Amino acid sequence: MNYISISNNQTISISEIPQNEYDSFLELNTGLLIKHPERHCVNYFGYKYNNQINLICCIADDTEHQIYVSSCLVQTPVKLHSFTAINFSFEKFEPEIHENFEIDYIDHPWLKPVRYPFNRSDKSRTIANYPFFSIDSEELHEVGVGPIHAGVIEPGHFRFLCNGEQILHLEIQLGYQHRGLEQLFLDKKKMLQRTTLAENIAGDTVAGHTTAFAHVWESLCGFKASPDIELSRTLALELERIAIHTGDLSAACTDIAYQLGSSVFGRLRTPMVNYFQEWCGNRLAKGLIRPGRNQFPITEALSNRLKVVLDKFEPDFVEMNSELFKLPSALSRFERTGIVTYDDVLSIGTVGMSARMSGLNRDIRQSHPYSLYPQLKHEPVIKHHGDVFSRLQIRKKEVRQSIEYIRNLLNNPLENPVKDTILNVPKTNSFAISLVEGWRGEICHCAITDEKGELIVYKIKDPSFHNWLALALAVRNNEISDFPICNKSFNLSYCGHDL
Amino acid sequence: MLSVILIILAGIFFTGIVIRTKSIASGRKGPGLLQPIKDVIRLFKKGSVYSETTSFIFQIAPTIYFSSIIMAMLVVPFGQSKGLISFNGDFIFFAYVLALGKFFSIISALDTGSSFEGMGASREALYSMFAEPAFFILMGSLAILTGFSSFQEIFSALHLGSYVSYAIATLATFVLLMVAMVENSRMPIDDPKTHLELTMVHEVMILDNSGFDLGLILTAGYLKFAIFGALIFNLFVGMVSYQYAIPLFFAIEAFMAVLVGLIESFMARFRMSHNAQFIVALTSVALLIFFGVLLVSGKFL
Repeated sequence: MNYISISNNQTISISEIPQNEYDSFLELNTGLLIKHPERHCVNYFGYKYNNQINLICCIADDTEHQIYVSSCLVQTPVKLHSFTAINFSFEKFEPEIHENFEIDYIDHPWLKPVRYPFNRSDKSRTIANYPFFSIDSEELHEVGVGPIHAGVIEPGHFRFLCNGEQILHLEIQLGYQHRGLEQLFLDKKKMLQRTTLAENIAGDTVAGHTTAFAHVWESLCGFKASPDIELSRTLALELERIAIHTGDLSAACTDIAYQLGSSVFGRLRTPMVNYFQEWCGNRLAKGLIRPGRNQFPITEALSNRLKVVLDKFEPDFVEMNSELFKLPSALSRFERTGIVTYDDVLSIGTVGMSARMSGLNRDIRQSHPYSLYPQLKHEPVIKHHGDVFSRLQIRKKEVRQSIEYIRNLLNNPLENPVKDTILNVPKTNSFAISLVEGWRGEICHCAITDEKGELIVYKIKDPSFHNWLALALAVRNNEISDFPICNKSFNLSYCGHDL
Repeated sequence: MLSVILIILAGIFFTGIVIRTKSIASGRKGPGLLQPIKDVIRLFKKGSVYSETTSFIFQIAPTIYFSSIIMAMLVVPFGQSKGLISFNGDFIFFAYVLALGKFFSIISALDTGSSFEGMGASREALYSMFAEPAFFILMGSLAILTGFSSFQEIFSALHLGSYVSYAIATLATFVLLMVAMVENSRMPIDDPKTHLELTMVHEVMILDNSGFDLGLILTAGYLKFAIFGALIFNLFVGMVSYQYAIPLFFAIEAFMAVLVGLIESFMARFRMSHNAQFIVALTSVALLIFFGVLLVSGKFL
């Protein structure tokens, strides 16, 4: 058993992570997942260490509330057997390692470029010569969509192989949004710069990513956040969930051309983001969360205001939902569209909503609770059909759940904010991991420091990293005209993937 | 002549009313009734941009499409007054001159070589193919019922009949209205407002058209709806004198526009594969009219 078991937001010395030979490393990590649906890989990455590559694999166990961390040093260039050949849930991590370092995988089934980082090992791999899976057929046709999105949101290229209206295969090519964020975390030394970077990992998950960053940093510095800080973070996470889920319901209605739903849900999203504006001066909660301090403590006035906002929001939200989910023309678009089965989501290791839609319980709020979630005793919303309808139902139910949680939190007497908190320098030679359930799913941030306490690795994993593949599977055998509604029902992040 | 003027007048307001209805239904104020016309005028002032991969087909198609609509407009009568052109079998001319325009818009979409436009063209071709029998069975039944074969004679004879002819007219209204929805690519067949190429039918075919050409296509679309409105009007109002017929015409057109707006506000679009079933179902309603007519005219049983 060559791994160390740690809990969420725990910092350990880098020397405490057991080293393995690659063969036993492979056997250990793939073995941990066999017949254990409650375990999944939260992060698997490599970094340069004394002219070698140190691979670190983190497997989370949802019932034991533990994360199993193990590592392996390899000398490059090297050819290795891949984890993916045994378990598909490593499908995205290994191409990333392959892209960054001179590590080749002998039996990886789908070794494609991930995001074309500037310091990639093979500079001849460019966005222009992506190796698409193609067909040579008179009957089938290819449809390429993007990289410019029809709604001008974010860039990504989708290539469909179709038989008439039916999609046989979808390949998603991303990497257009790559900004070198992980490297920027190392280059920018100031706390404000780093927090701003964390806020901009994915513009729709500001609270999620910033909370993860704050937790990693506080853990590295040995800082214990006071309840008022964690209250702000928990409220921000749940408000963000409400706002984005409501916006997604609106967008789903737009995609099926249901105008009433589109405009009502669109209107309902506004008071939620406007509340952020009142609270911290930014509608997307930028500037709200900072490591080691509470920029904007919840006051009595803010708390009462939030209660009023929610009281006005809830009845309209419930009414519009009951309209939408009993409208035959809408149901006929949602039901049995874009199905991903339980076996598929388990094998590719999706997280968050994209797992819960098919009966796979993946919710960090329950399995590795952080902030104030231990006291909320979160019960995840689980659906079983894995179709668009399930994903929208999850949104509807999670919004109502979040409203309950916010009310519970606000009903407790507010604690006085702790003033003048001090954040020490980070521990040296340490490894810290933080898991946060953003509205889209599990966010994982890992940090490693050197002997001077400087960051040498900052590893970010957005839930979209796992979940894009679920979208590609969902649209198979569906009509190509149903792709937009499938895509919107997942609502995955381009920049969260591309970093 | 009267019908042409009235159709143009109705066409000017029709799309504006649809858009305004949708705006009000979703709690917004919405643009003015003349906004679609202003947009078209703006487009007419612009030049067109042509892709290097297109041939002359792409350049002539919008003009042919527009003129086919104008031709079709000329045969539509107004009450007792004939259309500018009227002859035996003019409803067949009407359908096929529209089909000619559609044919050109389809091949011009294929001409661009875009994978989106090819898909849109194939969808449009399929739906108009399914809609064609519905229209012909309907008009053929009315021809049997009245014993005439031109629009004007059929429509003026229809009103001399019994209550049964009004029952048939009601069903015919439904078929004509739905054929109009298919022909104009409106909900629930197609969503004219969508920005998603993959779900478009008509809109995706004109993605590459710009400026003047786009203006022609849009104007043709406005007129087309008004033409179908005029046909529905004719089903009910044959021998009414002009002083009542003209306001009634505008009332029916406006009612149709509001109806379209309400349908588009309060229901979702069909799944693409259900469209074909729905359009084929129109043919069966048309067959119902056909058997009804056979019963009434004693040619059956």
